[in-house]
Amino acid sequence: MAGVRVIPRLDIKGSNVVKGIHLEGLRVVGRPEDFARRYSAEGADELIYVDIVASLYQRNSLLDIVERTASEIFVPLTVTGGIRTTTDIANLLRAGADKVAINTAATARPEFITEASRMFGSQCVVLSIEAKRQGPGSWEALTDNGREHSGRDAVAWAREGVALGAGEILVTSVDQEGTGRGYDLELVRAIATSVPVPVIACGGAGSPSDVVAVVETGKADAVALAGLLHYGKSDIGSVKRALATAGIEVRL
Amino acid sequence: MTRVTVVDYGLGNLFSVARAFRAAGAEVELTSDPGAVRSAERLVLPGVGAFRDGMIGLRARDLVGPVVEFVRSGRPLMGICLGMQLLMTEGTEFGDTSGLGLVAGRVVTFGADGRPVTGKIPHVGWSKLAPAGRWAGSMLDRIEPGSSVYFSHSYFPAPTDPAVVLATASHAGIDFCSFIRRDNIQASQFHPDMSGAVGLAIIRTFVEQRG
Repeated sequence: MAGVRVIPRLDIKGSNVVKGIHLEGLRVVGRPEDFARRYSAEGADELIYVDIVASLYQRNSLLDIVERTASEIFVPLTVTGGIRTTTDIANLLRAGADKVAINTAATARPEFITEASRMFGSQCVVLSIEAKRQGPGSWEALTDNGREHSGRDAVAWAREGVALGAGEILVTSVDQEGTGRGYDLELVRAIATSVPVPVIACGGAGSPSDVVAVVETGKADAVALAGLLHYGKSDIGSVKRALATAGIEVRL
Repeated sequence: MTRVTVVDYGLGNLFSVARAFRAAGAEVELTSDPGAVRSAERLVLPGVGAFRDGMIGLRARDLVGPVVEFVRSGRPLMGICLGMQLLMTEGTEFGDTSGLGLVAGRVVTFGADGRPVTGKIPHVGWSKLAPAGRWAGSMLDRIEPGSSVYFSHSYFPAPTDPAVVLATASHAGIDFCSFIRRDNIQASQFHPDMSGAVGLAIIRTFVEQRG
């Protein structure tokens, strides 16, 4: 079985890594190059870069950072934020990304997922879903960093995205994101058990045991971590050891 | 400096492959030109996506003949992911499609032979390489058995001659062929360019091997 992937997520604004709560209230925590290098050395299985302002200002500003880090880091790099066209994807791949995650542009025009996966392969196209709980067992997919409603049910949208060609799903709980109170296990499980492709759980990890829970209970295939790592509360080795101790395969 | 020619037949992200070979000390040329393939010193056939699209991409650029000629000349070729699969006799994704026929066997998906599949397909992530043949003298020479490498695929080759299989990996309860070597051909189902230090060591061995 493929090991559970532990994936640091760097939210990037300009030339800084930032961190917020519920995708808002941002603080600068450091430089992306430094984080990427450190996490790669510590055993990150992949990296996710989130260009958190791109979808607001409709521009891509991450290309330089991707280019600077890709020449020295040889694990898969996923980039997300403001990707609207296949040209955007081509530019990111050229700069050094291996995959892209699409949210806002896909909800606006679902065919974009199909176009992107035909052109670059499904393995390159991750559907990013920012989900907000509406009630028991019900979540809405939001867009624009959790600011706008899409009117789509998150679980149904995940299924549709896979049918359109997405090769993985990145699911972020807007409710849990940045709180350190644990993942939305029910949300992750609802999506992970509904789609045939890998699901990356994101938002809320406050301890290695939260990560174990989202794999055991949430059935996540991979976990994205931000604040837990950035503030030094834990590290990749501790998270992987906790997973291994629980009998979950990881790359050590 | 060793020159490595990477075949661009329109499928997948070649930049990641090119960067990794450069980091391993090679001078990298990306090309779709049949002449450049014919005159290459070392050839890399990368690629991701469907078998049929891969063959269409090679044919559209008149690259089938040059790649086959290159291999028959005895110079070293490395296949990666779809590039490995295309070396086989036949693919089975979206209908049976003839491949380059450089290694006998078919390209199949998990469970195609009736074995139960107990996990998600595509197989995306890191899995361990288990020896199935002699690694000494191959690109796997410098890595430890059990090293993890990065996969992203739904299909894999099933060579007719088990002796060409140097490594297997296991996913969803199924052991599958992950690395083959036949004479001057070596090929991986995983992505060495995304497999961290282990992947770079594999690439470096290819770059430094005597041609």
